[in-house]
Amino acid sequence: MKDKIFRFLLFFAALIILLLTAGIIFALVSRSTEAFQEYGIWGFIANPEWDPRPATEEYGALSFIVGTLYTAFFALFLCVPFSLSVALFNGEYFKGKRISSFVRSIVDLLAGIPSIVYGLWGFYAVRPLIIDLGINAQGFGIFLSSIVLAIMIIPYASSLSTEFISMVPNKLKEGAYSLGATQFEVIQNISLPTARSGIVASYILALGRALGETMAVTMLIGNTDRIPKGLRDTGNTMASVIANQFGEADGLKLSSLIAIGLLLFVITALINMIAKLVMKKVASI
Amino acid sequence: MRRLFLFLLFPLLLQSCNNNSGTTGGSSSQSTISGAGATFPYPYYNIVFRDFMRYNEDKTVNYGAIGSGGGIRSLRDHSVDFGASDAFLNEKEIESMNGEVIHIATCMGGVVMAYTLEGVDSLRLTGQLISDIYLGKIEKWNDQRIVAENPDIKLPDLDITPVYRSDGSGTTFNFSEYLSVVSQEWNRIMGKGKSLKWPAGIAAKGNPGVAGIVQQTEGAIGYIGSEYALTLRLPTAKLKNRAGNYVDATLETISAAANVTLPDDMRATITDSDDPNAYPISLFTWILVYKDQAYDNRTLEEAQDIVELLEYVISPEGQKVAAQINYAPLSEQALEINSRLIKQINYGGLSITPQN
Repeated sequence: MKDKIFRFLLFFAALIILLLTAGIIFALVSRSTEAFQEYGIWGFIANPEWDPRPATEEYGALSFIVGTLYTAFFALFLCVPFSLSVALFNGEYFKGKRISSFVRSIVDLLAGIPSIVYGLWGFYAVRPLIIDLGINAQGFGIFLSSIVLAIMIIPYASSLSTEFISMVPNKLKEGAYSLGATQFEVIQNISLPTARSGIVASYILALGRALGETMAVTMLIGNTDRIPKGLRDTGNTMASVIANQFGEADGLKLSSLIAIGLLLFVITALINMIAKLVMKKVASI
Repeated sequence: MRRLFLFLLFPLLLQSCNNNSGTTGGSSSQSTISGAGATFPYPYYNIVFRDFMRYNEDKTVNYGAIGSGGGIRSLRDHSVDFGASDAFLNEKEIESMNGEVIHIATCMGGVVMAYTLEGVDSLRLTGQLISDIYLGKIEKWNDQRIVAENPDIKLPDLDITPVYRSDGSGTTFNFSEYLSVVSQEWNRIMGKGKSLKWPAGIAAKGNPGVAGIVQQTEGAIGYIGSEYALTLRLPTAKLKNRAGNYVDATLETISAAANVTLPDDMRATITDSDDPNAYPISLFTWILVYKDQAYDNRTLEEAQDIVELLEYVISPEGQKVAAQINYAPLSEQALEINSRLIKQINYGGLSITPQN
């Protein structure tokens, strides 16, 4: 009897989660149809115009998609050297040592810092550096957001990579050592290639995280509704345009913002799916 | 998010205020007046409504600062007793309201140009210069056109960073309306609206967002609601008004902008006012109510409550509160038209005489 009740509760909980997800997707799709009907799905995605004036109203998602990809990929690029070295430090050189668990908990602490705190830190501490470096006159933009984003995603990229690197079978490494390989050669030729798909998967997950980050980016990117001309320029991401303009929006504008939300949802879902597939490949090795 | 938070928090606050003031005998005839709309006058309404409740312990006023657009929609849906808006209803909106709506001006404000420039504590600007800066046509502080207006100041060779609102805002509306009046080019390229398509500058959310960037960025200039800028004592530019005088934004100069002939329905735009002392980007904010209060299942008492509340807001006491928190009080003429309009509020044709 107890078993039955427990099973029912579990089933019920699982069902609710499924229903919730379905509900979110339904709400996003039904609220965004107005925008997609007006412009067509491709027409909405490929249009760089974002003009909220009633007389010339026109909404397209391209500038925000570009801004999102710009910041997320540049952040990923910046985060690789740091997260990979943390992963090697913890998973290879100091595996199981006390210093490793210390570094690990510090990195995990980074993951626990609220987004708005990163935003404040970026605003007051990093932005003056950007101005001093002469990147641009006021500091805001893709460059600043990407730097802060990179630090935010380091824990996501490094903790999973650490797992995969430490999972590399010892007999492989010992074989290499017995043939006279140095530790660097072992990492280069054994550890990294073996753990490669796992590491790639962890970076894909980190990318998914960077794509959806909202608060810190909104505070740092400059919030201009144009396609950024480069890393020094200001822009807007899909998440930050929603955060900025949702408040007073109605009608077609509201629908367009929800459509951007739906696109973001689809992109991050795809990224997560790809990461899962890559990881499955690892598991089967 | 902040707005939502305030919106949720506000009824709670009111509830607690009300409890503190003692609710013992009030439960039998407790009545609630609800309103929603503009965020610009929210701090003022917060205090003036609280004072009103202090005098009328049997009445509760709830106000949700959800934005002017939301306030108009809520009034139209009859989900609130009064709406509040920074922009008066246009002809199309008036038609959509299903009933005549009265505009009661409650206080005045302005839009100021805040800036950060080391060593420059007095800056003069004209509407044309602001337009050129925001259109990206003037990019340096030591541009000849700015120097020409400020012959006594040494302006640095520094990039100008114009800052604007990323969210839809009545402040943007009033700012762009002023520029549309004084610059044909602005009118053609940008127009006026709560949100625009900006060719230059960077954006931030809300008055605090813009003020934060302006304060922290050397060479930045931003437009900010006067109530916010005056409270923070930000350095602001003197603007050249229609009479040719350079005017600081103060409560007096903002009030002076209303010294023009106001229309009988109070739907007045007072940007670029003729008055020689007027600050050029000044504005009214309004409370909107239905002229005939006998709709849905409203009672005469509910209608009386509304009238009492409105009369309190425009009373000398209510207006004094406005000035204390940096909203400009209404001019004599505006008060006179207001009380005439309040007298027009009726209940199915019956005139409403407040009980006090």
